[in-house]
Amino acid sequence: MKTVYARPKLLKEAHFHYCPGCGHGIINRLLMEVIEEMGLQGEAVCVAPAGCGMLLYNYFEIDVIESAHGRGSAVATGIKRVRPDTLVFSYQGDGDLAAIGTAEGFHAANRGENITVIFVNNGVYGMTGGQMAPTTLLDQVTTTTPAGRDSVLAGHPVRICEVFSMLDGTSYLERVAVNKPAAVIKTKKAITKAFRRQLDGCGFSLVEILAPCPTNWKMGPHEACVWIDEVMSKQFPLGVVKEVPCT
Amino acid sequence: MKRLMSGNAALAEAAILSGCTAYFGYPITPQNELTEYMAKRMADAGGVFIQSESEIAAINMVLGAAATGARAMTSSSGPGISLKQEGISYLAADELPAVIVNMVRGGPGMGNISASQSDYLQATQGGGHGDYRTIVLAPGSVQELTEVVPLAFDLADKYRSPVIILGDGMLGQMMEPVDFDNLRRPPDYEKDYVLTGAKGRPARMIRSLIFDTKLQEEHNWKLFRKFQQMEQNEVRYETYLTDDAEMIVIAYGIGARIVRGAIKRLRQENLKVGLLRPITLWPFPAKALKEMAKTVNDFFVFEMSAGQMVQDVRLALEGKGHIHFYGRPGGVIPMPVELSRIISRHYYQEHFGGKRKKR
Repeated sequence: MKTVYARPKLLKEAHFHYCPGCGHGIINRLLMEVIEEMGLQGEAVCVAPAGCGMLLYNYFEIDVIESAHGRGSAVATGIKRVRPDTLVFSYQGDGDLAAIGTAEGFHAANRGENITVIFVNNGVYGMTGGQMAPTTLLDQVTTTTPAGRDSVLAGHPVRICEVFSMLDGTSYLERVAVNKPAAVIKTKKAITKAFRRQLDGCGFSLVEILAPCPTNWKMGPHEACVWIDEVMSKQFPLGVVKEVPCT
Repeated sequence: MKRLMSGNAALAEAAILSGCTAYFGYPITPQNELTEYMAKRMADAGGVFIQSESEIAAINMVLGAAATGARAMTSSSGPGISLKQEGISYLAADELPAVIVNMVRGGPGMGNISASQSDYLQATQGGGHGDYRTIVLAPGSVQELTEVVPLAFDLADKYRSPVIILGDGMLGQMMEPVDFDNLRRPPDYEKDYVLTGAKGRPARMIRSLIFDTKLQEEHNWKLFRKFQQMEQNEVRYETYLTDDAEMIVIAYGIGARIVRGAIKRLRQENLKVGLLRPITLWPFPAKALKEMAKTVNDFFVFEMSAGQMVQDVRLALEGKGHIHFYGRPGGVIPMPVELSRIISRHYYQEHFGGKRKKR
């Protein structure tokens, strides 16, 4: 019998705490697959966030450090500068990177830190129960925008890749999704490319991943996946936003 | 060989000589010379220097660097130290070593850029959220600044805990002759926690999130036992003319330096006044003070604040003796003559005012 798929060895034999239909589980698995395939277990250091992704050290068989809410890019900077031989990536949600940690993410990007940010965008604060995030769409209902997000009162959804693309320090920015098999394969490719570029010393890379959050979107898992295609990706267009040739 | 250096520059040089290989800082007066010195010196020393986007970023860079095993440091002053409290709490919880320098300025709020001792409580009572303490070292001269730096790095590594050096704007900016001849780089500790990639060993994690309350409690007790050890082993203080003293002045840092000048004057007038100068503000030399209360009745606390350390003196004396207090908050730096007048007034009131019998 031929094995076509197996659990990556770097993914611990633990039950994910994620809700049914959540995108984090897929992204966690992809990261461990990529690190395993690239043979980087001995180099990888992951910076975990505050938010739904914060327990990933229960699943990753690589070195992990937790960061305070939003400070992942600063912690990653400290690690990478002292140990340039490591592969350092922070795992940050939309509240973490696009709200409380904007300064740290923005300036790590602007300095061209040779790190990778895995930016999980599901448009809500998941762990705290579905409040509005900076990436929440206009008119989207959350627990803190019960009448839908009104731009006059609550501003507009932030496009991190596009904002960061204006910074000369950024090297590779791509937006992908994990709502269907083809998209998952693309996400894996983007993560691989970002890590490869970090190893080559190309500078700051960020992979933004649109991920379903059926629980807080009040949708079924399938419905949430369809919503990413039909609604969310209109605000956050998929594809490479910036790729600077690496010399 | 002696060199004339500002406290800020001397501290930075001492840090390099102590093996500090990672410094992260953000401009704030009165500690800028420290950051600038590091910017110049760190590259030659083969270390990492970043001018961060904020004090919050700097302390979190320290956390990342400490997690890889580097001797990491950041420095700031009052308002910036408030921002660093988040990271200091995480460092304590994660059991990561680091040195944080506070060249205290007048506050609260924006305050001013003069020397002050108004951050005593913030430094000694934990400062950030949660149940933790940090060792606080309070040098009183530029030479002593260079002496507490290797000690700070050593204690940080020894206890795997952040250590605070509490200076002030005057100490940071004034220039004094200083030598580094006796500075010994602290020993390297075996670090079985550092994150460098799981090469040939199981994966590691550094975290402070512990959902299980029993485990969190256990972690808290573990930290508490460490703090108890610090209290037992790391108390440092200096005494000056205390043997025959009938009144003990308690002051630290630059405040104690001014008090010394005042005591010299008072001694010329035959007033039996001595000085107890805590070098560690936490752990506080409570036992030494309590011991003194067996023979001395009057304790005079001087602080360049409205009165913060006086709380620790009160706790240490446990109701014994009589506590006098004089404070100058807001960045005012009194002259020794002012202090000697105030102290002598209290001294004579106690002796001839009839409140208490002379021993």
